[in-house]
Amino acid sequence: MTTAAPPRLADPPAPARERACRPRRTPLRWARRGGLAPVLFLLPALFVFGLFAWLPIGKSALMSFQRTNLVTAPEFVGLDNYRTVLTDPMFWTAVGNTGLFALLALLIGYPVPLALAVLMSEVRKGRGLFSALAYLPVVIPPVVAVLLWKVFYDAGPDGLFNKILGLVGIGPVPWLQSASTAMGSLVIEATWAAAGSTVIIYLAALTSVPPELYEAAELDGAGIRGKVWHVTLPHLRGVLLTTFILQIIGTTQVFLEPFLFTGGGPAHATTTILLLIYNYAFADSLGGDYGAATALSVLLAGTLAVFSAVFLRLTRSWSSS
Amino acid sequence: MSSKTFATVLAAALGLTVLAACGTDSGDTAVDGKTVVKVSLEPGQDKSAVDAFTARVTQFEQANPGIDLAVQEFKWDPTKFTAQLAGGTLPDVLTVPFTDGRGLIERHQIADISADVAQLPYAGKFNPEVAKTGQDAQGKQEAIPIAAYTQALHYNRTLFKQAGLDPDKPPSTWDEVRAAAKQIAERTGAAGYAQMTKDNTGGWILVTQDYAFGGRTEKLDGDKATATVDTPQLRQVLQNLRAMRWDDNSMGANFLYDWNGINQDFAAGRIGMYVSGGGNYKDLLAQNAIKPADYGVTAVPLTGPDAGALGGGTLAVVNVKASKKTQAAAVKWIDFYYLRKLTDQAAAQADAKTNADAKQAVGSPELPVFDKATYDERLRWIGQYVNVPLSQMTPYTSRMFGRPLLPEPTRATQKVYGVLDTVVQKVLTDRDADVNALLADAQAQVQALLDRP
Repeated sequence: MTTAAPPRLADPPAPARERACRPRRTPLRWARRGGLAPVLFLLPALFVFGLFAWLPIGKSALMSFQRTNLVTAPEFVGLDNYRTVLTDPMFWTAVGNTGLFALLALLIGYPVPLALAVLMSEVRKGRGLFSALAYLPVVIPPVVAVLLWKVFYDAGPDGLFNKILGLVGIGPVPWLQSASTAMGSLVIEATWAAAGSTVIIYLAALTSVPPELYEAAELDGAGIRGKVWHVTLPHLRGVLLTTFILQIIGTTQVFLEPFLFTGGGPAHATTTILLLIYNYAFADSLGGDYGAATALSVLLAGTLAVFSAVFLRLTRSWSSS
Repeated sequence: MSSKTFATVLAAALGLTVLAACGTDSGDTAVDGKTVVKVSLEPGQDKSAVDAFTARVTQFEQANPGIDLAVQEFKWDPTKFTAQLAGGTLPDVLTVPFTDGRGLIERHQIADISADVAQLPYAGKFNPEVAKTGQDAQGKQEAIPIAAYTQALHYNRTLFKQAGLDPDKPPSTWDEVRAAAKQIAERTGAAGYAQMTKDNTGGWILVTQDYAFGGRTEKLDGDKATATVDTPQLRQVLQNLRAMRWDDNSMGANFLYDWNGINQDFAAGRIGMYVSGGGNYKDLLAQNAIKPADYGVTAVPLTGPDAGALGGGTLAVVNVKASKKTQAAAVKWIDFYYLRKLTDQAAAQADAKTNADAKQAVGSPELPVFDKATYDERLRWIGQYVNVPLSQMTPYTSRMFGRPLLPEPTRATQKVYGVLDTVVQKVLTDRDADVNALLADAQAQVQALLDRP
């Protein structure tokens, strides 16, 4: 009877033995084996990305603890900038306005692309044309779109929208010229401008829904509403959750519309967090408060990161099912 | 060469190209031994205005063979200035409003060109009040005033006629402004009177009106500044605006105007009257193609014993980052382009002819940068080239001298204007706005700004 001899304690374990046999990995050998090429290919991208993305982000985070006018040497001020931001009465106005924009965008802007995509997927002919029409606003440069809508939103009785509403005896609506209607007006334009991209995403997702499920649902007597509720929405769940979080992140960072339409007015009714950051930094650049601007940027980025992490954690089970 | 080696070399070359591109210096000091000066041209002007400017650049380069001018489109925007300065994207010569001159000098954000300015033959002839806007605390002339004006009431003569008003007899009191605005709105559908409210212009115009009613927004006592925003004068201004907006409905439908926006709508015939700088006609012509026949301008009505007209103007300044040689060349350009036309007959006529040939406004009303005698003499020199409708400007030009001229607030000016933007926006967009509460709140905010070190 032969028995395998127990390994001697002095023997190195098998993998270690292999390592000992393998030739040593020197940088030269690694380079000769082609390790350098991918790194060299990566270098330009890393350099550009580092220079134009990570370096500014890092410098901004640093600047949030400094007082600087960008010309003379900066001075470290600890948490002063954060204190300034959190005690500024405009901070809560901006948070409230941004929350209102996000909420209105959720109520108006979130369901519209979904409804459009579902309707378009039901269309038998000319789906390409409808897709192109839905996507058209996305290809219009945002500044041009806003200037166009500024004309539409003319608050006089001769403004385009007011003229149309006047035909049915409504208005004239002050649109951008009143604190009570300005934010809603911004959301309507933002929805029009952004819906196209989301429609295309939903349309692509809808093609993955097996048609036999709809046939089965029809046999079970389901109408359009039933089919959407029981077949479409469950299949789009993952995509819906992704677009939801993207929408929250996007709307929380709204800047273009209030900046170009109203400049934050009337009387701060549309001053959002990003516009406040802009105002801190640039409203009086002779003494621009870059420290407060970057402090608020860091706070916003942190809040959104935490929100995203919590949201993804909470919804992990939904999206994977 | 193996494909792998080739790929490695290619990647390395690409990487180096990126590095090299990022490291390239624009090199603005000298080309062919010449000193390069980046001079600014306001964007958005029509082709003939650009042609007129280019012609002047060529004339300068011929007269100064050692200097090469590079034209850069630039418009002063206080919101971008520091970033542009830090980023190195400013031209070498730029023009800024009086409003910001003092702050720029105090923060050493512009070059000290006082030694070069002192060499100019007319250095001692500046109007002392105007010169002060470009001096530091010791009286050194670090910025050069090139134009001055008082605020004026611009009006559309065509709308006046359509409304049954006499365009040769524009309003001379605020009550008459209100009545005329109401009549224009009722009979033509246009805004009878409109007002800037956005991007700190709201504060600028509100302070103009405050001065016109005899108020001031700050009181200086040595280093101490006290806010005087919550005053009967400003209350009266706001009540007047409120009455025009809500009782008369004579202010149209846009209450978020900035400088460009209100100029556009005025030139398009959508506004009967508005307040802005007295020399605005040349901008309205160059940028908004106003019909000369539409244009009329009169003095801002003054009410009360301490009332005065808010003055303003433009300073030419030099980039603090420019080399000494470039700074000296920059002052030469300022002398050639902005100032010599005010002091020298040949230069005045050459400038006027170039502009008249390019169909640009010649002879828009301005206040004298130098003494009144120099100003009158220049008007005589360029008389044959004047192409603006002078008779339509008489209501303003006949009264612009001899009125109390008041400078803009001196402390935290743009920020104070920003606070007042909100006040005027609130009054014009909220029927229930409480003027007293708004003023009390603005007073506290402005005082906080003035108290900041």
